[in-house]
Amino acid sequence: MSPVDTLSPSAPSMPSATTMPSAASMSAPADSSDRLAALEARLTALEDHPSQSTEDRVAMVVFSGDLDKAIAAFIIATGAAAMGMEVSMFFTFWGLNAVKKQKVFAGKNVIEQGFTAMLPGGLGQTGLSQMNYFGAGAKIMRRLMKQHDVSSPEELFGLAQELGVRMVVCDMSRELLGVTDAELIDGLETGGVATFLADAARAKVTLFI
Amino acid sequence: MSTHFDATLDVKGAKCPMPLVKSRKAIGDLPVGHVLQVIATDRGSIADFQGWATTAKNIRLIAQETTAEGGQDLYVHYLERTA
Repeated sequence: MSPVDTLSPSAPSMPSATTMPSAASMSAPADSSDRLAALEARLTALEDHPSQSTEDRVAMVVFSGDLDKAIAAFIIATGAAAMGMEVSMFFTFWGLNAVKKQKVFAGKNVIEQGFTAMLPGGLGQTGLSQMNYFGAGAKIMRRLMKQHDVSSPEELFGLAQELGVRMVVCDMSRELLGVTDAELIDGLETGGVATFLADAARAKVTLFI
Repeated sequence: MSTHFDATLDVKGAKCPMPLVKSRKAIGDLPVGHVLQVIATDRGSIADFQGWATTAKNIRLIAQETTAEGGQDLYVHYLERTA
């Protein structure tokens, strides 16, 4: 292990209340200024590394490219955002299907073109994870959602963007699957594993969908 | 713009999470207070290094630059080991 790992959690030891009578601490300005300095140092450390503290945030990995799972992800995202929570969504692998707007074949090699042909070019072309029956299931599900006044996944996605949900596309899997920027919905961020983890580290809720 | 650095690490071509993993190893070999320059081609590294810096207690992200070299974009990060 490198010396980096030997870091202590930088907590200056605080004298416990029982060992320090309040009268003594009040009559010892030098000691209280030391404690103040220690507190200020800890505050600075916390502010420099906000991920060390938790906040009202939901961090999600959207790994699946199925319609039903995308619906679940966007419902949680919009619900959390509506509740006043911060939301981060990290789209990786098949999850990229949920944030595509079109298919582009130009400028791709044979394998990439094959992936583009086989994979959905957007939420509208995604199927259910169960009972899909070559797309019939997805059509029925969409009709059912309409009948029951459930917002469509497209509406939910738009709402999530409007509510300021942070959406990050995994650049590594984007490249792996041969997805180009032109195929992705505008306004998404690009990132990697640390982008997700930094948000997840301070989130109160973390989901892998 | 030129940012002072003490060591440099070339992770061109490396994909997520390798730029991060290699940088973590390289900065561990530097003394406290020294600055590591990381040259990456991974687009995700911009947000990744920001995320790393907000999470880790022992590094500080000093600067990030995007330059072009031979038709490809380079993402240059400057990290200081603080502890």
